[in-house]
Amino acid sequence: MAVRTIFYEEIVNQVANMCQEANFELGQDVIQAFQAALKKETSETGKDILEQLLLNADIARSERVPMCQDTGVSVFIVEVGQDCHISGGSLYDAINEGVKKGYEEGYLRHSIVDHPITREKSKGYNTPSIIHIELVPGEDLVIHMSAKGGGSENMSALKMLKPADGLDGIKDYILSIVAQAGPNACPPLVVGVGIGGNFERCAYLAKKSLFRPIGHRSERPEIAELEKELMGKINELGIGPQGMGGNTTALDVKIEIEPCHIAALPVAVNLNCHASRHKEVRI
Amino acid sequence: MSAIQITNPISEQELLKLKAGDRVLLSGTIYTARDAAHKRMFETLQKGEELPFDVAGQTIYYVGPTPAKPGAVIGSAGPTTSGRMDKYTPVLLDLGLKGMIGKGYRSEEVIESMKKNKAVYFAAIGGSGALIARTIQSVEVVAYEDLGPEAIYRLTIKNFPAVVIIDSKGNDWYKIGKQQFFEQNHVQGADC
Ligand code: SF4
Repeated sequence: MAVRTIFYEEIVNQVANMCQEANFELGQDVIQAFQAALKKETSETGKDILEQLLLNADIARSERVPMCQDTGVSVFIVEVGQDCHISGGSLYDAINEGVKKGYEEGYLRHSIVDHPITREKSKGYNTPSIIHIELVPGEDLVIHMSAKGGGSENMSALKMLKPADGLDGIKDYILSIVAQAGPNACPPLVVGVGIGGNFERCAYLAKKSLFRPIGHRSERPEIAELEKELMGKINELGIGPQGMGGNTTALDVKIEIEPCHIAALPVAVNLNCHASRHKEVRI
Repeated sequence: MSAIQITNPISEQELLKLKAGDRVLLSGTIYTARDAAHKRMFETLQKGEELPFDVAGQTIYYVGPTPAKPGAVIGSAGPTTSGRMDKYTPVLLDLGLKGMIGKGYRSEEVIESMKKNKAVYFAAIGGSGALIARTIQSVEVVAYEDLGPEAIYRLTIKNFPAVVIIDSKGNDWYKIGKQQFFEQNHVQGADC
């Protein structure tokens, strides 16, 4: 069977473009969620903030400037078709080169330190990126990119619950993380949750869930129900836009689950701010 | 509720009148500093040396803007999370710092020091950096140029929108705003 060839340069250019588009153009899913929230929000300050965020998105799009100065760490989930061949260099290098190009040429901020302790700034502009690769059937390369802000990432958490904590324990834990985050994660939020797997899988599931568009429900009926229930409960916390009070604390809740060990119940909560910046390209 | 116009540096009289929850439009001169600049200022003071600018009476904005496009004054310039500056803040307040602009919670130590030193903490809308950039009229490097976006800059602003979160008496709008929501909606407040 023939193997399809995908060229290094094409990946670089597509990634560079995605990085800029993600930062300049807020997705329609987020815009629509703002508009829907504006109709329901009861707090005057909350409404004012939502209106300013819509205006901010407009300015960013028309002037091609980043909607937020924290242009984030670029996180990728790449679906690599097992029948495709990448020619001209490694996939990791191509993605990092694309990020460097996109961020530098788009006047996006370089926000990466090479050493977490000495805090020495990295040499490659806003790289290295965080790249997750999933091998899938087929010959396409699907790149999902997210510009993930530091404020919301810092308020994220993971806990190894006990199986006896059950569904109530899971719900309480998720609500407690959102309550703790308060204004710091720039609400209204998109709340990503991973349940099951193991320690590192669970965190990955929470991150992966954030790549689904707002309004998209889990295909599992019981999980879709849980997403809706938590969305209601989170919006009753009263945190509101920017933590200044109101009923728009979350724009959506996403949950991904996976099988796990008989002794385990890992739960990870990855918070995303309203600047929920995602792009996808199929090559 | 209409916004209160404030010119920075802010006068003592105006500052004392501000209440948690007030919407304000800030104009005048402010300084930027975030994590790395705060750390350096803190270490400078520990060594008994002088700060690169006199913080007395001034306002610091916690921001690390994106690079300016050619022809632009500044790139996107929204607030970063203030809590990371908490460790370094009380000593600046003791030196007379009067205003801070950022987003998110402050520690008890910072709030106590704000009450003692009569200072105010404003929040700008996190994630509205494109909109805020329009209110910034000029940018000038003051110190630590090697830190790039984390250097200290002097900004001239006009009608920069913000909300008073913690006033000089220590009232905290993050608590009051949420409480008002519960009262209006007749639901019980719970922090889980
Ligand atoms: S949490 Fe999001 S919106 Fe807030 S400053 Fe960071 S990236 Fe921007």
